[in-house]
Amino acid sequence: MKPGTKLKSAVCDTEVMVIKGGAAMVSCGGAPMVDTRPAELLAIDPAFAAGSKIGKRYVDAAGTVELLCVKPGRGSLSLDGVALSTKDAKPLPSSD
Amino acid sequence: MNLSLILQMAAEAGPDMIGLVCDGRRWTYGELWRAAIGAAEMITQSGCGHVALLDENSEAAAIALFGAALAGIPYVPLNYRLADADLASLVARIAPAYIVGDADRVQRLGHHAEHVVLTRPTFVAEAETLGEAAAEPPEADEPIAVQLFTSGTTAAPKAAVLRHANLLSYILGTVEFMSAGEDEAALVSVPPYHIAGIAALLSSIYAMRRILLLPAFDPDAWLALAAAEHATNAFVVPTMLSRIIARIDEGAKPDLGSLRAIAYGGGRMPAEMIDRALSLFPDTGFTNAYGLTETSSTIALLGPDEHRVAHRAGDPAVRARLGSVGRPLPTIELEIRDDEGRPLPAGERGEIYVRGDQVSGEYKERSALDAEGWFPTRDAGWLDAEGYLFLTGRADDVIVRGGENISPGEIEDVLLTHPAVAEVAAVGVPSVEWGEAVGVALVVKPGCAAPSETELRTLVRDRLRSSRVPERIVVRDALPYNEMGKLLRREVRKLFQA
Repeated sequence: MKPGTKLKSAVCDTEVMVIKGGAAMVSCGGAPMVDTRPAELLAIDPAFAAGSKIGKRYVDAAGTVELLCVKPGRGSLSLDGVALSTKDAKPLPSSD
Repeated sequence: MNLSLILQMAAEAGPDMIGLVCDGRRWTYGELWRAAIGAAEMITQSGCGHVALLDENSEAAAIALFGAALAGIPYVPLNYRLADADLASLVARIAPAYIVGDADRVQRLGHHAEHVVLTRPTFVAEAETLGEAAAEPPEADEPIAVQLFTSGTTAAPKAAVLRHANLLSYILGTVEFMSAGEDEAALVSVPPYHIAGIAALLSSIYAMRRILLLPAFDPDAWLALAAAEHATNAFVVPTMLSRIIARIDEGAKPDLGSLRAIAYGGGRMPAEMIDRALSLFPDTGFTNAYGLTETSSTIALLGPDEHRVAHRAGDPAVRARLGSVGRPLPTIELEIRDDEGRPLPAGERGEIYVRGDQVSGEYKERSALDAEGWFPTRDAGWLDAEGYLFLTGRADDVIVRGGENISPGEIEDVLLTHPAVAEVAAVGVPSVEWGEAVGVALVVKPGCAAPSETELRTLVRDRLRSSRVPERIVVRDALPYNEMGKLLRREVRKLFQA
């Protein structure tokens, strides 16, 4: 996954942009994320149905992937069956 | 990566929220996004290689910026304050261009037939109409988002290019999406052709902080807009702050109760002015931002708490930080290096080098990055023991007298302590004996007699070394600044040519 690549969920409206990826394969709602959303959405895995939030950054514990959610959806993001967590940003004062 | 993502996300998250207020019209994020899509279609159909803006600030700046990004064409906001001849040479460098704004002026500059020229109202109206029906274009491949001609204080303007990846890294690294409260509104009064004007649009839209756009800076209009729209944030260059404070000193009593944060940058802020501002706005948080066009805006900042601590400090080292530009952003690496490019320890003056994803360091003709990705900023400065960065001028402004490097800033600081000196600029002037010697141009405070040359020379000799003593001194009514308050040293040097 090259930084800047956009990936879509195969089960919902979720869309992410890869900030950091490497060779990892991420899933949304239990199904691998794809470049082009299928005409018919796949079934969502109830274990990964907590939803994705726009503007949040999602990371794995090891720090191998970082995704920015650019469109929210019903599925939640995971890597190798483990849910990704949101990354806390360190707030900076606005300088613009 | 494409910059349009910023507006697209805001339009997705809050399509009906007000994103921009200009000249009495309130634009929602959804309306801006549709207009950007419409603009992208017009730009693509024009077949032009650049999108230029020749206009004061308005919604057209945002629509053209994002429309150009969607179309995959570099956006080039132009400085409308330039003289015709200078402007014409810049326009020739971006032909054929899709130009939005002052159509009459483009005609006057000549060669207008090469370009596609639209007035602001036509561009905005057509973009809105087309945007109603147009489909979102597929993501463009073009890596360059913005091309800005540098102000050229030392030489002819360079075409600095900022990639989508640079600007997006800056925004994603410094702003949390939708982090602004619903009441937040940022007053933007920097011109659209300045990096701060571009960064202001991007940061505020990504934070979903309503933008209050002032077409062109004027202290009364600024105060009126801040009060009427309850601005909570503002960015100003030092000259703007000085003119705002002057109006308040003259008796203007604006209601600025909502103003929680003022960020400033773009030039040297005199210590007395920031001290005065901190006292005048005791409840406002001040942020000093240091950045360059080539670094996609801010790379170091001094935050509100650091301002107040320094303002109240008894310890001179802490107090001095009010004159610093704070510490580098966590996403930026920064080093001070000597003439041979070797890193220098804290306390030593040298050239500021930076590295990071937001740093472009690239011009149309060449990249200034070294093999390891470091950008030599040509700004001179030093870091204190706690990592606070102090600027001492442009590396190119260093006066080399008989092989000795002299920073104009140290001479200027000493001369400014003279009670009759209002403004001062030290530059290198040709000298048969030394190669270069120190020339000083100064402005005397109103009501004061000009100090004698002997008095000024003694002041410098007593505080610094004899090599710093100015060989030539001229007194003028004003020093040459550009409209952003940047001292034009090349113009100062001309004062000594006669």
